[in-house]
Amino acid sequence: MTLHRLTSERFREGADEALADAELQANLARLRGNFLARRARARDSLPEFDELVDEAVGIKNHVLEHLDTYLVAFEEAVEASGGTVHWARDDAEARRIVLNICRDAGASTVTKGKTMVSEEIGLNAWLEQAGIEAVETDLGEYIVQLAGETPSHIIAPAIHKNRRQISALFNHHHTNLEDRESDDLDGLLADARQMLRGRFLAADVGITGANFLVAETGQTVIVTNEGNGDLTQLLCGVHVVLAGIEKIVPTLEDASTLLRLLARSATGQDMTSYTTFSAGPRRGEDHDGPEAFHVVLVDNGRTGLLAGPNRDLLRCIRCGCCLNACPVYAKVGGHAYGSPYSGPVGAALTPSLAGLARTSHLPNASSLCGRCEEVCPMRIPLPGILRRLRDEEAQRGASPPVMRTGLQLWSVIAARPWLYHPLTSLTTRLLALMGRRRGHLPHLPFTGAWTRTRDLASPAGATFQSRWKAGERP
Amino acid sequence: MSDARRFILSRIRETTAPGREGVATARLSQHGRNLQPGCARSSGSDLIDLFTRKAEAVQASVARVSGLEDVPSEVSRYLRGRNLPAHVAVAPHGDLETMDWTAMAITAEQRKPVDSDGCGVNRAFCAVAETGTLIMASGPDSPSTMNFLPETHIAVLKESDIVGAAEDVWDRLRASGRASAGSLPRTVNMITGVSRTGDIEQIIQTGVHGPRHLHIVLVKET
Amino acid sequence: MSDTRPRVALLVTCLVDLFRPSVGFAAVRLLEDAGCDVEVPAQSCCGQPAYNSGERHLAMKVARTMLDALEPFDYVVAPSGSCTGMVTRHYPTLFHGTPDEERACALARRTFELTRFLVEVRGVATTGSRFDASVTWHDSCSCLREAGTRQAPRTLLGAVEGTVIKEAGDREVCCGFGGTFAVKYPAISTAMAQDKAARLEETGADTVLSADLGCLLNIAGVLRRQGSPMKVRHVAEVLAGETAGPAIGEPDP
Repeated sequence: MTLHRLTSERFREGADEALADAELQANLARLRGNFLARRARARDSLPEFDELVDEAVGIKNHVLEHLDTYLVAFEEAVEASGGTVHWARDDAEARRIVLNICRDAGASTVTKGKTMVSEEIGLNAWLEQAGIEAVETDLGEYIVQLAGETPSHIIAPAIHKNRRQISALFNHHHTNLEDRESDDLDGLLADARQMLRGRFLAADVGITGANFLVAETGQTVIVTNEGNGDLTQLLCGVHVVLAGIEKIVPTLEDASTLLRLLARSATGQDMTSYTTFSAGPRRGEDHDGPEAFHVVLVDNGRTGLLAGPNRDLLRCIRCGCCLNACPVYAKVGGHAYGSPYSGPVGAALTPSLAGLARTSHLPNASSLCGRCEEVCPMRIPLPGILRRLRDEEAQRGASPPVMRTGLQLWSVIAARPWLYHPLTSLTTRLLALMGRRRGHLPHLPFTGAWTRTRDLASPAGATFQSRWKAGERP
Repeated sequence: MSDARRFILSRIRETTAPGREGVATARLSQHGRNLQPGCARSSGSDLIDLFTRKAEAVQASVARVSGLEDVPSEVSRYLRGRNLPAHVAVAPHGDLETMDWTAMAITAEQRKPVDSDGCGVNRAFCAVAETGTLIMASGPDSPSTMNFLPETHIAVLKESDIVGAAEDVWDRLRASGRASAGSLPRTVNMITGVSRTGDIEQIIQTGVHGPRHLHIVLVKET
Repeated sequence: MSDTRPRVALLVTCLVDLFRPSVGFAAVRLLEDAGCDVEVPAQSCCGQPAYNSGERHLAMKVARTMLDALEPFDYVVAPSGSCTGMVTRHYPTLFHGTPDEERACALARRTFELTRFLVEVRGVATTGSRFDASVTWHDSCSCLREAGTRQAPRTLLGAVEGTVIKEAGDREVCCGFGGTFAVKYPAISTAMAQDKAARLEETGADTVLSADLGCLLNIAGVLRRQGSPMKVRHVAEVLAGETAGPAIGEPDP
């Protein structure tokens, strides 16, 4: 399997670029306290929140233990509603299936609701190559598409852009519309509405993702605020749903439990504006809806994840809450991760799906502060998974040699008290002498990573233990 | 059976314990409820109050009328109040067809909506008090596009159709024989407020693709 | 406070041992004042740097020496949420499936962060010290999310004469230390520390206090480099009334 446009090996460079980009830093700063404060309010106003989390985790774990049965039940139910289910082992197979559906429909334009799987498999580029225009209709995704970029946040794809940048994009691309004042938010929205309404009405095929697949009924469920996913699927001739196989829930009741957590965790809403359950094509007497309905069930590394130690990641409902909680994401933004999935879940999921060879920065670039795990409504032990990936990297002997040697040296010393005490005692006295006058150490060859940007307080002198051993007491 | 299907299912089966299908199959037919928040267990007028409060909290407006025959006058009042044209697309639902729109000088066309419609009126299947959510079920009497194309969406809802939680909706759907694969409505829309986005600088804006205004006409039982 | 005097081992932590022995002596005084018999068994590091770097077998070697050293006591107390969390949360995971698992779990149950131990185990309401300053409290991630320390330091600081607490914004956000993270990704770590320093300075407090020396070294590193007047100290020094010496990163007069 592959993740489209994977550039995680450039993490360090990407992070440096992000840190040096003042406009990006100002844009990212808008995240600070925003989503997460609203999430906290939503959580606090629902006394049963933690209990619901327990149940939701139970549902997801149950599904993973019976995934085969539920997938087959889902397939049968979709077919009973007149839809078709396709299975895709990897990105290439998924792309081929979608392209064939589009070709069979004679499609020249495809509208798209938000789907992370589409980002994962690089669908847009593939369709464009085949002469089919793919139009993203979620406002954030649309902005990102105009800019030729990828989404930088699971639920706020254009969080890295401000109104000035968006206005410039619209002025450049919406040549049939009149220019607006660059800071006119209503004007920007009106532009987007007008442009995209035309696209919805002209589309041959509509592609959406799925937040849930209900095994009991064969319904696919999308959760949006804009209504773009609805216009995408209602105004086209053929509705294609792209979904990872882990999106299954057994029943409508189970979907209801998860829905109580999704919006609250994502945006702090009780429910998003639109939650839509779709089953098959339009019925005989219906006035609207697609003539055909396809669901593409995508594996692309998920069965491997299921068999491995990081299978908890398959509980993820893509609420984006861990991104909002992550202090590293807040500084480097989503693009630095070089993967469709950024932030803590991206740092765990990307290597788990694509292997560590090109992604080993991701599990390491974390202070393991644990805030992601604290807010995760699926109780995914993200720091634990990052640690496990570090173990895996060390076992492959792939950690940076300098770091490794340093740690080995420290561990050898620390495991031998007869070595630790005299050595540390000597070193701290020496360093204390070097730093006493200023209170911090001068630049030393081995402290550069710290002292280039921060002072390093000098040790006070003899170690605590040597002074204690010498009989000193408070 | 496709190779991919066989491959994926067999990979999954390497991880699952054999002979456990019964547990999953049983769950599918039992419709067991999980925990529901306490607020969803209200009843009677509490339920109506909760629904109204929750709907208004997400920028929907709610008006109560004493019978279906009063709907046109409420629609007329609402449109005038917003200075909107007295021209509406009305879903071809039995309850809405028999109404006297002309007395209120409203041009009402019973059909599915088109792009140029400014206001659409339809009938809600039911509503969820817990979150102030309207439930719209597609069918010959309820085109789904009515919920999304017009800038102003007016939904007619009977008080007795307000239920506590989403789980109650599924029971109603099952009781009406429309919840099994093959008999389901093509689309069930849960609508909680209006079309909105925060994609430009995290500032909430409404009416990005769908309705900018949602008005709920709540009809008392007669 | 209970009648029998528990035997308490001080888990000094290597950062206190090497950089700031005054914190160790302050911790001993606080524990003795709280009716404990304090001992300092010879020890080194808890093994966290290796544990967080994927070097599990090295971490286990180091951790086993700690296990041996700290086992014979009623309680183990550390002036650090981070080292406490290593013992309480991660030793059981590290030793899972080994013959030492039960010992590790037992040690985890007896190990506490200093301020939480004083308040919740020993029932201390005040340490009777005086510190004439406005202070802001830096919640370390490990205190909040591993060691269960959130209210205890605030309770004790609230009882210090002359001290006013000014709470900062974004209190639950990491300062960017993260152990080896600080030197593996120094640019990101520093950017996080600069944000943290900005939130702390916005309070207008004279001094920032925390229970974790790692965070304090990082925060002090940024504040000193920026020439900020804000002082940085470990909470134990203030609670024990030992604030005559230089603050962290300041020259010895």
